[in-house]
Amino acid sequence: MSAADGSAPLIGKRWKKPPFVQRTWLRWLLILGFGAYLVAAFMTIDVNWSRVYEGLERGKQFVLAFTNPDFTSRSSDIWEGMVESIVMTITSSVVGIAISIPIALGAARNVAPLPIYLICRGIIAISRALQEIIVAILLVAIFGFGPLAGFFTLSFATIGFLSKLLAEDIESMDKVQAEAIKASGAKWTQWINYGVQPQVMPRLIGLSMYRIDINFRESAILGLVGAGGIGATLNTAFDRYEYDTAAAILITIIVIVMALEYLSGIIRARVQ
Amino acid sequence: MPVRDTGGLKLWQRRTQRESLMHWVLWLIGIAIFAYCWQQISEATTWFFVWDAPRITQDIWTRATPPKWEYITQLGKPIWDTLNIATLGTIISLILAVPVAFLAARNTTPSALFIRPIALLIIVSTRSINSLIWALLLIAIIGPGVFAGVVAIAIRSIGFCAKLLYEAIEEIDTTQVEAITATGASRWQVMAYGIVPQIMPAFAGIAVFRWDINIRESTVLGLVGAGGIGLQLSSSLNVLAWPQVSLILLVILAAVVISEWVSAKVRAAII
Amino acid sequence: MLRLEKLVKTYKTGDQALKAVDLEIPEGQVLALIGPSGAGKSTLIRCINRLVEPTSGKVYLGQTELTGLSSGALRKERRRMGMIFQEYALVERLTVMENVLSGRLGYVGFWRSFLRKYPQSDIDEAFRLLDRVGLAHMADKRADELSGGQRQRVGICRALIQDPALLLVDEPTASLDPKTSRQIMRLICELCRERGLAAIINIHDVALAQMFVQRVIGLRFGAMVYDGPPDGLTPEQLTEIYGEEDWEATIEAVDEDDDIEAAE
Repeated sequence: MSAADGSAPLIGKRWKKPPFVQRTWLRWLLILGFGAYLVAAFMTIDVNWSRVYEGLERGKQFVLAFTNPDFTSRSSDIWEGMVESIVMTITSSVVGIAISIPIALGAARNVAPLPIYLICRGIIAISRALQEIIVAILLVAIFGFGPLAGFFTLSFATIGFLSKLLAEDIESMDKVQAEAIKASGAKWTQWINYGVQPQVMPRLIGLSMYRIDINFRESAILGLVGAGGIGATLNTAFDRYEYDTAAAILITIIVIVMALEYLSGIIRARVQ
Repeated sequence: MPVRDTGGLKLWQRRTQRESLMHWVLWLIGIAIFAYCWQQISEATTWFFVWDAPRITQDIWTRATPPKWEYITQLGKPIWDTLNIATLGTIISLILAVPVAFLAARNTTPSALFIRPIALLIIVSTRSINSLIWALLLIAIIGPGVFAGVVAIAIRSIGFCAKLLYEAIEEIDTTQVEAITATGASRWQVMAYGIVPQIMPAFAGIAVFRWDINIRESTVLGLVGAGGIGLQLSSSLNVLAWPQVSLILLVILAAVVISEWVSAKVRAAII
Repeated sequence: MLRLEKLVKTYKTGDQALKAVDLEIPEGQVLALIGPSGAGKSTLIRCINRLVEPTSGKVYLGQTELTGLSSGALRKERRRMGMIFQEYALVERLTVMENVLSGRLGYVGFWRSFLRKYPQSDIDEAFRLLDRVGLAHMADKRADELSGGQRQRVGICRALIQDPALLLVDEPTASLDPKTSRQIMRLICELCRERGLAAIINIHDVALAQMFVQRVIGLRFGAMVYDGPPDGLTPEQLTEIYGEEDWEATIEAVDEDDDIEAAE
């Protein structure tokens, strides 16, 4: 619409909201392409509606099970599974955080020399690309069933997550403060301790709390592939259609996650 | 007080004695907990297998290489299913997350006393349960297949998307909303003109971000029977067909890298 | 045309922003509201169209009492009161044209507005107004691409397309440079004259107010301390409004006002 030519032609002029994509052919291509994709995608999902209809009854039972969860009949299984999940969460978080701090320093371009930077970034990339559950499958094949595989899996995942975010924080820190410490003649370790550490500490604590939260949630599924934790119990409960037990486990997970979020909120508020 | 006066001599310490004592006690408790936890893991581990691990790793590696490249012809449909699970799941979850977010945001919720807690409960409960668990549950209810995967991804993503979206809603510029209200607009019009344009960039960013995560998650949903490439992974693992496993892992890796690249590009284009 | 009767606003914090203000404005009169920051100028304007709910007192627009209306009826009355804001308050991610047309929201249904299918008469009027303020060629630009003065012109168009009987103008020049400020003030006053609109203009620049309006109201601590022609503002009168020796109290009042706005 080019309309600066006097006021008379403005009257009666049509107006339409300018489209988001300016080129007409591209706009239609995108719309049609997306529409065609949606149709194709829906066509290839063969939903067995009678099975779904039958399932509604079970779904109702499951929802009802939430109002009446059964903590007692499998209480020892639930207890052991939960303890194992928590144990895995604690150990893997501690080890993962401890390892990810040096890697984060190495992956920050303003702190580390180029070769170390590349190595550390490589480690982070591998850790982030591999999902927990796949790592767990491989580690179970290597180390055998049990929480050790889960521990390694979560530690490895923690390194990728924490190092990346921490490295980004170190790279965006205030240069002036760090330079002031350097100017006082500090050694590299002293410089890290006095110039860098105070700046990134709140973020490190916040991220660690968040990662503990994630580790707990992930530890709940590692049991599905035999890597320890509550997942195995949960899987069994679903296999046996014991919805009340499953509901009890899910409620426990939700409560613990909520408690962790609450706790991390308090801790983050205190350090920041 | 960190400065202590001992006979005219001022001693500076980082912490008071009481503080440093507390510090040590906390460290001690932490180490004790860690040691206890480690012992628990150690007890549950068959160390014989662990010492044997290098040999087994070697063994798996030789069996898994080279990947069985011709197997890729059978992976076309599973990859398509995986893409669909992620995309349709994301779309459905966004449709459901928008109203939940508006009900949960302090400045748009119709009732902070009754409706907001319910919306927050939906957000917390869908968010804290992994999509694999949702898949397990849905398979028990509606049977295995792609559909269960779509629904599992959709439910899992509601909480995530709604949480980020309601935070964006709470951060909007209120004077723009005020200006629209002052024209005599109705409640819905205020929403469409005053609020929605302001949260559109956040919404688009969240959608693409979640789609990226969902591609990752949908690659493994098949492990519990919810369709996609994970099904092939699981069956190959069951028959110990390691060359197939290594090929599938490569495909999953490629999918993750591509989806991350796509989402980064789209986000850069929008914002 | 507009009548305020014993209008009182007390915020939840206990601050009394307005203390029983009585005011009557005849048809077509342009009035400036001056006073130190925190004197209740913004609150007064917002109490008229009930963006801020008055604590007690009555507001009459013509024969209608605004203060007792249900939300539906209030929306109908709000159409007759155009509002212009200090920070322009355009919806930044919408185009200029959409921002102007949003002034018609009270007249069109939800789906029409949602699909941007406004009646052609509205679009004609929008183009006419944009042309009047010299922005017709900018119709499809996004609002955040405009300069401050241009944004305020769009804000004026949005208020005028409502076809109001009264303009509520809140510090229209506070974010603008002196030259643009004058242009905007002149534009507002010209448009009011052309259309026979009454207007209440909140303004802190006394000289600018004196240049353009017919009547000045001085507000201090929520009470009216001056009501008269612009040339009646003697130094003594100004001292009474702004309080020459009393700067500290003014500064405190500013802080409180900000807190209140932030809390809302």
